[in-house]
Amino acid sequence: MGQRIDVKNLNVYYGNFHAVQDVNMVIPANKVTAFIGPSGCGKSTVLRTLNRMHEITPGAYCTGEVLLEGKNLYDKDTDPVEVRRNVGMVFQRANPFPTMSIRENVLAGVTLNNRKISKSDADDLVEWALRGANLWKEVKDRLDNPGIGLSGGQQQRLCIARAVAVHPQVLLMDEPCSALDPISTLAVEDLINELKKDYTIVIVTHNMQQAARCSDYTGFFNLEAIGKPGHLVELDETSTIFQHPKNPKTEEYISGRFG
Amino acid sequence: MASESASVDTTSDRGPTPDFDKFVPKRSYTQWRKRKDLFMRILIFLSFVVALIPLISVLWTLIANGVGRLDWYFLTHNMNHIKGGMPAQGTDDEYGGIMHAMIGTLEITLGAMAISIPIGLFTAVYLVEYSSGGRLYHAISFFVDIMSGIPSIVAGLFSFSLFSVFAGHGVSTGFVGSVALSVLMIPTVVRSSQEMLKIVPQDLREASYALGVTKSRTITKIVLRTSLSGIVSGVLLAIARVIGETAPLLITAGSNIKTNGNLFSGTMMSLPVYINSEYEKRTVNCRADVANCVSTIPMERAWAAALVLIIIVLVLNLIGRLVAKIFAIDENQK
Repeated sequence: MGQRIDVKNLNVYYGNFHAVQDVNMVIPANKVTAFIGPSGCGKSTVLRTLNRMHEITPGAYCTGEVLLEGKNLYDKDTDPVEVRRNVGMVFQRANPFPTMSIRENVLAGVTLNNRKISKSDADDLVEWALRGANLWKEVKDRLDNPGIGLSGGQQQRLCIARAVAVHPQVLLMDEPCSALDPISTLAVEDLINELKKDYTIVIVTHNMQQAARCSDYTGFFNLEAIGKPGHLVELDETSTIFQHPKNPKTEEYISGRFG
Repeated sequence: MASESASVDTTSDRGPTPDFDKFVPKRSYTQWRKRKDLFMRILIFLSFVVALIPLISVLWTLIANGVGRLDWYFLTHNMNHIKGGMPAQGTDDEYGGIMHAMIGTLEITLGAMAISIPIGLFTAVYLVEYSSGGRLYHAISFFVDIMSGIPSIVAGLFSFSLFSVFAGHGVSTGFVGSVALSVLMIPTVVRSSQEMLKIVPQDLREASYALGVTKSRTITKIVLRTSLSGIVSGVLLAIARVIGETAPLLITAGSNIKTNGNLFSGTMMSLPVYINSEYEKRTVNCRADVANCVSTIPMERAWAAALVLIIIVLVLNLIGRLVAKIFAIDENQK
């Protein structure tokens, strides 16, 4: 089952630069929530704070609270490694590990943490994850081939399989289809629709049709000017955002009359 | 927006209009470019040939001069009981060998690897993965650059005096030589490993972190594994750089006519020092009534030993290429 995320008074900084200002939102469990907005508005940054990935960037920090089922991810005694095991992530560019086969890529979350796994358990996990990512039929006969030998769309689904194999509760996707052709995009979008049964999904996208097609909730981020912090304008049901947005800025953006 | 402003105001705020006709080439340069291309191709090919001449010349001279005394006996015996130009006891035409020097070179080089690879690799990992570009980063980078410029004789003197302080004056063992060589190796290992770690895409680190993998495991299992083949090549270059060093070993490991397999006790012969000492003898005096005495034997031994040294470097390189190929990232489907 997916978990619900509450974001309270979130401010994100890169060094002295105030990147995102005062974000308050609720991301409901087992739904697809899409973040849309112009470049530089901080939607990817907010996404990365949901599993503390932004901390990898030197100088990045945030204030406020991100509650996963009521538990603050930024408590002093919370281990970021544990957080990321619970909140998986798929990136803009498919990034399978180049030294590993398809099978090893799927098992990476287990084996990299040095946990022992028996061969039959591993076989089951690989099949389960690849079936979950709609990739099993395409690769079941060549699991020992290198993961980077697959096509772009297959690689991205392999990365999704790798992420779900750790069995997270939440899946974050940072523009997962922006480097894919329309057919692969459709495959990933179908997959997102199936995955929301088991996971809470947050997806960042530049493609408003994509947000309209596959999300239940949509959040619109904006920034007043270059150099000013980004902020969340509104987050509501996708149909409301696209048909009756409350904020005129949202209306301008989704109707293409922006700036 | 654009169409509105165009209809309202046509004079102000339009900026300069470049006259593109001025930039068009006046006549065709195609023939001239083709001739220039041909000229440059010939020039580059000739430079390649010129660069090859010394290499081929060295190899040819080494093989021509060295192969004469290179036989199994030469590889499996040392210089013990070899006197002047006389053959070894019990043989007619065998004049000593280089087994002691080969063992010495291999052991000293292995010792230098054992010291410099961990230090160099850990330094590179610190610089790329842990440091955030602060003072320590710049200090380390600076001193690594300085270190790579140290003349090898100074490295030898450093190691010699280090052991003189801590192990008694004038201590001369293979290990002292290893330390001297590692001083020369560390900067090369650091620099090449650092470059290799840098080109590992940040994506892979993020992918690993996103799976809930710790930083240390990300470094060992993803970053180092992905760059392994490049790191191996870099280490081999570093070895090739130090394996022929003569001056520091002359000071630190000394020379020996007997085989000494103990890196930590007694002087140890190495191939470069052997070549040097034989070269310094040039010729030996032979009495006219001794039939098997060869007056030019030291130079012949030096050539043969030099050939063996080149072959060892070549074999190390081949091993390295093989290792690099095994660990290389294969994008093609098998």
